[in-house]
Amino acid sequence: MVTITINGKQVQAEQGQMLIEAADNADIAIPRFCYHKNLSIAANCRMCLVEVEKAPKPVPACATPITDGMVVNTKSTKALAAQQAVMEFLLINHPLDCPICDQGGECDLQEFSVGYGKDKSDYYEVKRVVKDKNIGPLIATELTRCIHCTRCVRFGQEIAGMREMGATGRGDWMEIGTYIEKSIDSELSGNIIDLCPVGALTSKVSRFTYRVWELASNDFVAAHDCIGSNINVQTKNGVIKRVIARENNEINDTWISDRDRYSFEGINSADRLTRPMIKQNGQWQEASWDDALQFAVNGLKAISDASELGAVCSPSVTTEEMFLLQKLMRGIGSNNIDHRLRQTDFSAQDADPRFPGLGMKLAEVKNLNAALLIGSNVRKEQPIMGHHLRQASLNSAQIAVLNPVKYEQIFKPAQEFIAAPSQMFNELKSLAKAALEITGKTAPDGLADLVAGQTVSDAHKACIENLNEADNAAVIIGTMLQAMPDYAAMRMLAGFIADATDSVLSYLTPGANTSGAYLSGLLPNRNAAGESADGLDTQAMFAQHRKGYILFGIEPDRDIENPVQVQNALDNADFVVAVTMYQSDALQNSADVLLPLSAITEASGTLINVDGTWQSFQAASKAIGQSKPGWKILRVMGNLFDVSGFDYQSSEEVLADVKSAAGDAVTDKAGNKLSWQCPDKSTAETALQRIAELPIYAVDAVVRRAEALQQTADAQVNCARINSATAEKLKIEDGQTVSAVQDGHLVDMSVSIDDRIADNCVYIPAGIESAAALGGGYNAIELKAK
Amino acid sequence: MSQTTQAPSDLINAESKQDIDHWLAKYPEDQKQSAVMAALRIVQDQNGGWLTLELMDAVADYLDMDKIHVYEVATFYSMYEHKPVGKHKICVCTNLSCMSCGSGKIVEHLEEKLHIKLGETTEDNQFTLKEVECLGACSGAPMFQIGEHYYENLTPEKIDEILAGLK
Repeated sequence: MVTITINGKQVQAEQGQMLIEAADNADIAIPRFCYHKNLSIAANCRMCLVEVEKAPKPVPACATPITDGMVVNTKSTKALAAQQAVMEFLLINHPLDCPICDQGGECDLQEFSVGYGKDKSDYYEVKRVVKDKNIGPLIATELTRCIHCTRCVRFGQEIAGMREMGATGRGDWMEIGTYIEKSIDSELSGNIIDLCPVGALTSKVSRFTYRVWELASNDFVAAHDCIGSNINVQTKNGVIKRVIARENNEINDTWISDRDRYSFEGINSADRLTRPMIKQNGQWQEASWDDALQFAVNGLKAISDASELGAVCSPSVTTEEMFLLQKLMRGIGSNNIDHRLRQTDFSAQDADPRFPGLGMKLAEVKNLNAALLIGSNVRKEQPIMGHHLRQASLNSAQIAVLNPVKYEQIFKPAQEFIAAPSQMFNELKSLAKAALEITGKTAPDGLADLVAGQTVSDAHKACIENLNEADNAAVIIGTMLQAMPDYAAMRMLAGFIADATDSVLSYLTPGANTSGAYLSGLLPNRNAAGESADGLDTQAMFAQHRKGYILFGIEPDRDIENPVQVQNALDNADFVVAVTMYQSDALQNSADVLLPLSAITEASGTLINVDGTWQSFQAASKAIGQSKPGWKILRVMGNLFDVSGFDYQSSEEVLADVKSAAGDAVTDKAGNKLSWQCPDKSTAETALQRIAELPIYAVDAVVRRAEALQQTADAQVNCARINSATAEKLKIEDGQTVSAVQDGHLVDMSVSIDDRIADNCVYIPAGIESAAALGGGYNAIELKAK
Repeated sequence: MSQTTQAPSDLINAESKQDIDHWLAKYPEDQKQSAVMAALRIVQDQNGGWLTLELMDAVADYLDMDKIHVYEVATFYSMYEHKPVGKHKICVCTNLSCMSCGSGKIVEHLEEKLHIKLGETTEDNQFTLKEVECLGACSGAPMFQIGEHYYENLTPEKIDEILAGLK
């Protein structure tokens, strides 16, 4: 530490730290446009010029390293004159259209020109005009306003890992843009709106719908992945107008994914269910809350055997709702409760940790030296986790991936193992064998025999060596892996590899609140206190038809693995209660009563993210129609069922109950350790296997209704993808329409040749409309030419 | 796995690739982008003096760079052309020294003689007239550059002679 003087004040700072950081830490304001603490230093806007004693000219504070005894003045005549001059230059080509600019009111340029500029300019010549570019459905450009700070360019290169924006041309002709007409495709692209210090980049979805000073600001937590990114939900008259990032260096730094930023369009969607509805004699009619709840409870009560009831819940609702749903079901006498909608292999569910989590803090991910990522398209599934892994990789972490698709990663994979889902077990066996050879560990019972015939390549060895030599290493179980058949067997081998190499076994879980679901006991095999129970899991609940179902926050045709099986079960059920935000054909066909659920932003609640951080929030927007918070709906249902302990007055009281049941469960290395049981692959090899990734913009009902997101390149997934070798074998050509046949169900789709797909696989995502008529995601599939 | 499409860098012919490789050899393995200016010049020559989007993409692919990075370089430097140019590109300096020594007259003469304005190409695709900044030959002002040659101390008569010699 050295001591410097800024404006006469003694400030402690690190030697070599930039002046602007020290000033920021000491709360001394220095104006800036190009400097951003999470981006590299460009020093091109010159707005942060300050006077340093003995320096002949003013120096940029963002690019001047501190030395001991430095005397700095940010407000001397010289510094102010320099800032004024820079401001005048920046305004030369700026249009001064603040009254119609979305940034007006929160614009750095506006603010600093008042604070540091002159009230008149010596410039009387013409201003330049720059043509706007179409860079896709999310971001609007108004490039005449651009002051060339290059934050968006650096963001693309350094954070998003895709350099899409650039500064082309020279001098007066320099323009920020993509040069060619091209959409910005990064899943983190919206952050450049937050970064833009002027109104050159604004949100296409929100533009012209508010003035900044009309917005109410609500701290909130994003609810579409297990990261729990901190966001700020901004509303005008109770209606969400935009979502921006909120800084939390423990979780999401200063970034959020586009999904978290733009999904609010789904909350404002026109097909929200606004009134309770009941189906009598096959006719849907609106009902009062009292009548509808009584109708729902009567319908369920008519099924006398409680084990004939089943409840499935979205993994993205609040912990309070989850806790009450399981409490209600267990109060009635049924353990058939689940939130694991995509999982198909439950054979090792009792070996799950208290809750499947990262085994470390999110902020520690960037300190990893090595990792093995299994069955995960991480940048699309958990974009902020992708960002953290990229940071680790930039710090020279060696990250290997094992996937059925050669995804473009935003880090450079050290090794890539691409195999059909049915072959991934073999790859893991090879890795386990390499782990035995390299670490010299004694093979646990049966492993030596299991891996005896495996070949170990140099890549397998290198991957294990990296994990073994690293101080911080992780074997990460991706969301996709958890949906695959033989998940238990593959996880066991992953657990062994982690054990042998002294790595953390980490989970990246589906939805926003899988941790909350485990901790609130929304599981057939465990209650909230973690004690074992005996109920049917999601797949069993629909395979073995129940008489009554509660669907909580779910669209049955999209959200559950094997939608045809789900549809059959619902069609054959006596009574189905759907607590839902939306009215959809599928729900109207299957349910007997629809109870309007408020959106996550419309009620208070708590989400628990993948590293075990509990984050509570208050309602941010006004509930639409008569929709009600889930905990209130469930509380009344509990009362009507005469289940004891349903006298909650607030969500905080519910939370207190969850907390006392969950204790202080954390996710750590020891807790995620698996005890060895020799795995066996149970599913048979198939000629052609489907890969049913859940695409980034199909993960839940809200996102599926976010119009702008649905127009992005990442949402264009409605086709069957096969690689050219498979295409040749099947004699199918690019663009050809084929029938995809799975479990006897048939869907027509066009084929796209994509060499990223593993051999003998057909990539047809889950959660999309056309897949609703297909069977189990990773099952055998046939493609028939038409 | 086999590739379904050709690599973008296939547009660069073998000879150009050899040339680029010569430049690549001068830089560390992981700093391929250092050869971008040379590579752009080489593919521009291969294409008869101008760059297409596909060629810039080819350079990006060959040097393992982001496309936009190549576009930035190619649009920054005035010696890269983004439209077809004539067989002979006449780059007239109009910067300070040349201007004080009468570059205005030189431009006027060229425009009259070739019946084109600055930035245009003759109908027979023989000549392109281009205004450029200082080429560092102030002692010989006024001057222009055609191909790789500098022509200094220009007069209208001398220009006629030079152009006649080119045909």
